[in-house]
Amino acid sequence: MAPRSSASPWQRLSSFIYLRPWLLLALLLGPPMLWMVVVYLGSLFALLLQSFFSLDDFTGRVVREFTLRTYASLFTAANFDIFWRTTAMAAAVTLAAAILAFPLAYFMARYASPQAKAALYLAVVMPLWSSYLIRVYAWRLILAKEGVLSWFLDLVGLGGVLEWVLRLPEIGGNSLSFSPIGMFLVFLYVWLPYMIIPIQTALERVPRSLLEASSDLGARPGETFRHVILPLAFPGVVAGSIFTFSLTLGDYIIPQVIGNSSFFIGMAVYSHQGTSGNVPLAAAFTVVPIAIMAVYLVMAKRLGAFDAL
Amino acid sequence: MTNPPNTASPAIRFENVSRYFGEVRAVDNVSLDIVDGEFFTLLGPSGSGKTTCLRMIAGFDHPTAGTIHLHGREVSGLPPYERDVNTVFQDYALFPHMTVGENVGYGLMVKKTPKAEREKRVEDMLELVRLPGLARRKPSQLSGGQRQRVALARALINHPRVLLLDEPLGALDLKLRQQMQIELKAIQQRVGITFIYVTHDQEEALTMSDRLAVFDHGRIQQVGSPAEVYEHPATAFVAGFVGVSNFVDAKVARVILGQPSSDEPQTFTIRPEKIRLAEPDAPVSEGMCSADGRIRDVVYLGMHTRYVVELELGGELTVVEQNLNTTSMGALAARGRRVRLLWSKAHNQTIVVSR
Repeated sequence: MAPRSSASPWQRLSSFIYLRPWLLLALLLGPPMLWMVVVYLGSLFALLLQSFFSLDDFTGRVVREFTLRTYASLFTAANFDIFWRTTAMAAAVTLAAAILAFPLAYFMARYASPQAKAALYLAVVMPLWSSYLIRVYAWRLILAKEGVLSWFLDLVGLGGVLEWVLRLPEIGGNSLSFSPIGMFLVFLYVWLPYMIIPIQTALERVPRSLLEASSDLGARPGETFRHVILPLAFPGVVAGSIFTFSLTLGDYIIPQVIGNSSFFIGMAVYSHQGTSGNVPLAAAFTVVPIAIMAVYLVMAKRLGAFDAL
Repeated sequence: MTNPPNTASPAIRFENVSRYFGEVRAVDNVSLDIVDGEFFTLLGPSGSGKTTCLRMIAGFDHPTAGTIHLHGREVSGLPPYERDVNTVFQDYALFPHMTVGENVGYGLMVKKTPKAEREKRVEDMLELVRLPGLARRKPSQLSGGQRQRVALARALINHPRVLLLDEPLGALDLKLRQQMQIELKAIQQRVGITFIYVTHDQEEALTMSDRLAVFDHGRIQQVGSPAEVYEHPATAFVAGFVGVSNFVDAKVARVILGQPSSDEPQTFTIRPEKIRLAEPDAPVSEGMCSADGRIRDVVYLGMHTRYVVELELGGELTVVEQNLNTTSMGALAARGRRVRLLWSKAHNQTIVVSR
């Protein structure tokens, strides 16, 4: 063995750290913890703090005193409309995304060759490489009255179906790009990758032998799906739905570009802090999606979403 | 079951079954009958086709050519859930999101058996595999040996007529494995159904089977009882794979057997435990074979000692002797000694020289 004194400074530093695991841990976790606690949680805390202040109506300045008045002002019929509209949209987008994503994720996890899987994976995430804004505006053109979608539907003789859909109350409108249903389609498009990837990951972790065991014990494919595949993939579905649900709840660009300009939570936050300068009310509005997500996660846990983790 | 079981037909019949994966012939023209109620082992090295055969019986895989009959009924095209067989998987394949009780009762659940009856039968099954009262646990809370028993209980609860076991003891340690071997055999005799057991462990195959088939390169090399296969190996592969064997080169064999050189060239194998070490000048009596040589290597194995003897005729023979009076010191000191090897001609296994 070489005498200790002949070790290079680097070797001595390595040994010094190796023999003190807590030091290594501190070096590894220090930077991310600093970021998480100070920047991430700090800003969230500042936001929460703001929501307990209020705006002086006469001076238009923020009164830095603890009050629940701002929260009280949330409870108006118009605001409840906004909460309901946003939550319903988020729920519809999440459900549709799960239904669309599952078969594709299943195919990727179970049947696709390695090359096909790589190609599909690329196809799923490729849209995320280009700007979100560009894609949303592109959809406005696609969905417009003279757009390629209605042109195509006319071509195949389904123009009547489109008209019928657009005449539906609540979700219809002048054209797809000015209707809630068009907004739904765009939301579905932009968040779908966030649903496919977690489901695919969850399905990949289900060993083939479990499916064989199920059918060996007499279960038909439908029963195997219900009793084995779905419960084991459910954590993936929930993970994906957390993305699609919360991203829809907070988005303020798509409702501005597509749809009939009725307010969504994100737009309300944007306008309260921007045009009217009411930062406390904007902060209180932001707490709403957080509360909805908390309720959502509790419900998912009740449904056994995390049992198979 | 509507019609009574056909006792005349075997439990399983393979007729010229082949399974190709692209260019690879995983199973190559296998024909085999397995008798109802026997403990039958498919033995072979990995990649020899034994597991593919098992998977074709279960219905997870289908023959490229040939037919498989289960109790006289052709099943070659049937899915697993329409076959009266159940499987114990190598990795146990227990459902991680279900309790032990739900796992064992799964087959009854999909058959829509009433809950009360289901629970009773689950408890009976857990009793059979000696895990009573564990129904509420999750598989992740069990040891490897316990999981193995749960997998067995789950496969037996549907009362299959054939149970398939795919190297079920592979992941257990030696002690537990030996204990489970005895227990599996006892359970098989109690439930009285056909067990088809896949293993690459020749000792396991010899201990448990009523009969066994030795596989190599997708083909069956030999079918027979453990004693038949061990004592009369049909091919050089079987002799080498089941137990340890000495191969004697044709040129050396001719001298040992005292054959005139005009005869057809012949070779034989001889088990190491059949050979005796003797003094270099020991007399050779009638019906004995002998060869002189020098001990090149000694391996002391506790219960017995293995000697590798370099023959004067060329080549070498391995000899195993029980340590009756030998100590480790004595055995190890034998290295380099000149010896005469003696064995009875009757133990020579003549092998067809395939060229």
